[in-house]
Amino acid sequence: MAENDRKTFQGYLRPDGRKGVRDLVLVIYTVECAQHVSHAIAEGEQDVHVIGFPGCYDNQYAVRLMLALGRHPNVGAVLAVGLGCEYTRPDKIAEVVRESGRLADWFYIQNEGGTRSSVDRGKSIVRAMREKLSQTTPRVPMQLSDLTVGCECGGSDGTSGLAGNPVVGRFFDRLVDGGGTAVFEEIVEMVGIKPILLSRAANDDARIQLDAAYEKAVRYCQEVRQYSVSPGNFAGGLTTIEEKSMGAFAKSGTRPIQGVIRVAESPPRPGLWLMDSVPDSHFMQFGYTNPNDTEGIMDLISSGAQIVLFVTGRGSVIGSPIAPLVKITGNSQTFARMREDMDFDAGRVLAGKLSLDAAADELLAMILAVAGGEPSKPESLGHREYFVMYKHQDTPLLALGCRA
Amino acid sequence: MTAAAGISACFLIDAGDNVATLLGDVLPGPVAVVGSTEEIVVEAREPIKLGHKIAVRAIAQGESVSKYGVSIGLASKPIEPGQWVHLHNLASHFDARSQTLDLHTGGATDTKYE
Repeated sequence: MAENDRKTFQGYLRPDGRKGVRDLVLVIYTVECAQHVSHAIAEGEQDVHVIGFPGCYDNQYAVRLMLALGRHPNVGAVLAVGLGCEYTRPDKIAEVVRESGRLADWFYIQNEGGTRSSVDRGKSIVRAMREKLSQTTPRVPMQLSDLTVGCECGGSDGTSGLAGNPVVGRFFDRLVDGGGTAVFEEIVEMVGIKPILLSRAANDDARIQLDAAYEKAVRYCQEVRQYSVSPGNFAGGLTTIEEKSMGAFAKSGTRPIQGVIRVAESPPRPGLWLMDSVPDSHFMQFGYTNPNDTEGIMDLISSGAQIVLFVTGRGSVIGSPIAPLVKITGNSQTFARMREDMDFDAGRVLAGKLSLDAAADELLAMILAVAGGEPSKPESLGHREYFVMYKHQDTPLLALGCRA
Repeated sequence: MTAAAGISACFLIDAGDNVATLLGDVLPGPVAVVGSTEEIVVEAREPIKLGHKIAVRAIAQGESVSKYGVSIGLASKPIEPGQWVHLHNLASHFDARSQTLDLHTGGATDTKYE
């Protein structure tokens, strides 16, 4: 354990002082009309990832999310690509990213003459960015305390609460004890367990934040009549949201929760944090809280998490751009069936082959290896699913500083 | 956490729970209850799959079903020890739609495809 605390690996130092575990160029498109061109720019290029927002009408939440991802520790350069008609402004995205000291550029497809000329222009920009990053990005030693790790669960089954999430919980305890930062979300999967959630608050402020976030989530679920349970969860043995909540909450481990952060906010200090991704009150409501697993993973990455864990009992093939996704299952049947996609078999705990502590130590060693550059399974397979949707969250009052 | 060789096992998370989680697929027959309990055996009354729940004692209609030491819903029917506990006999305190889903696949049955 102490050995892992001190273990160092080589990361990438950004001009704003953040430390990343990958050195990426990110192409961000600002409307669906620019999606094809953006993917064509990244196609075949090394370490060039793509995200984007499909809407023509802009959205403050989506803009904040994209700006957080553009200034992520794993990102060294951004190319913003617009069509030219839309509200969301690629020039402003490039400007904000440039202010962080990163490389940034932008253009409108309509000004370039069409698909081929835009792709050519984009490719020459990202290649020049890659060249410059490889020559100028300082390598820096990193250790556990430099890491922010997010955790999401999806496709949960009856093993998730017994093995998959508890193993992550013990890993989170180790991360927090080692001075690192752990972020979990899915307040809509805490429905029914409010006293247990509040009992984990680090202090009165955190308790007030957790209480408010919980009440908002339950109210939202009641209003839109959606609870975060899916057919796969039921087929896997989970019967109610309360049951799923208890299993999902196990991924938070046992350390005190320092407070609640919003999407695109970084935790103000190390420790364990809960991310609130539920929409705030707005006359348009903005749909379901948890439309798919990828949406939650994007939210977690926006906190600055350099690596995200995804616990799935039923199995999943997704990955993520920007931050490597490490996939863990508590179901050894799933691991055997989907071996090429799953990184870690926590089901060995249920079979009595491994203690929870031994599994958490093994997972910690795997995370440090991925942080040091070893590709996770979804990374090797080229999975980079992303999802940026219309949503409303009240703009944090940045002038007041950190809320915690 | 494994039971004696040759017999399937289920895991009781909290000593006060009235349901346990199957650690492997089971057919009708004896299942060892392991975890927060002295090792006891419950007779499975039907085939139950890995990750699903088995009642370890009788649960009256309207009684809380307990797992992890918390109420995960109310029994919508009387439940005998050894029975599969799922959508057909357990209802959430919150989510009403789950009661309409297919018992075996969890598939939605209330959205029209026409």
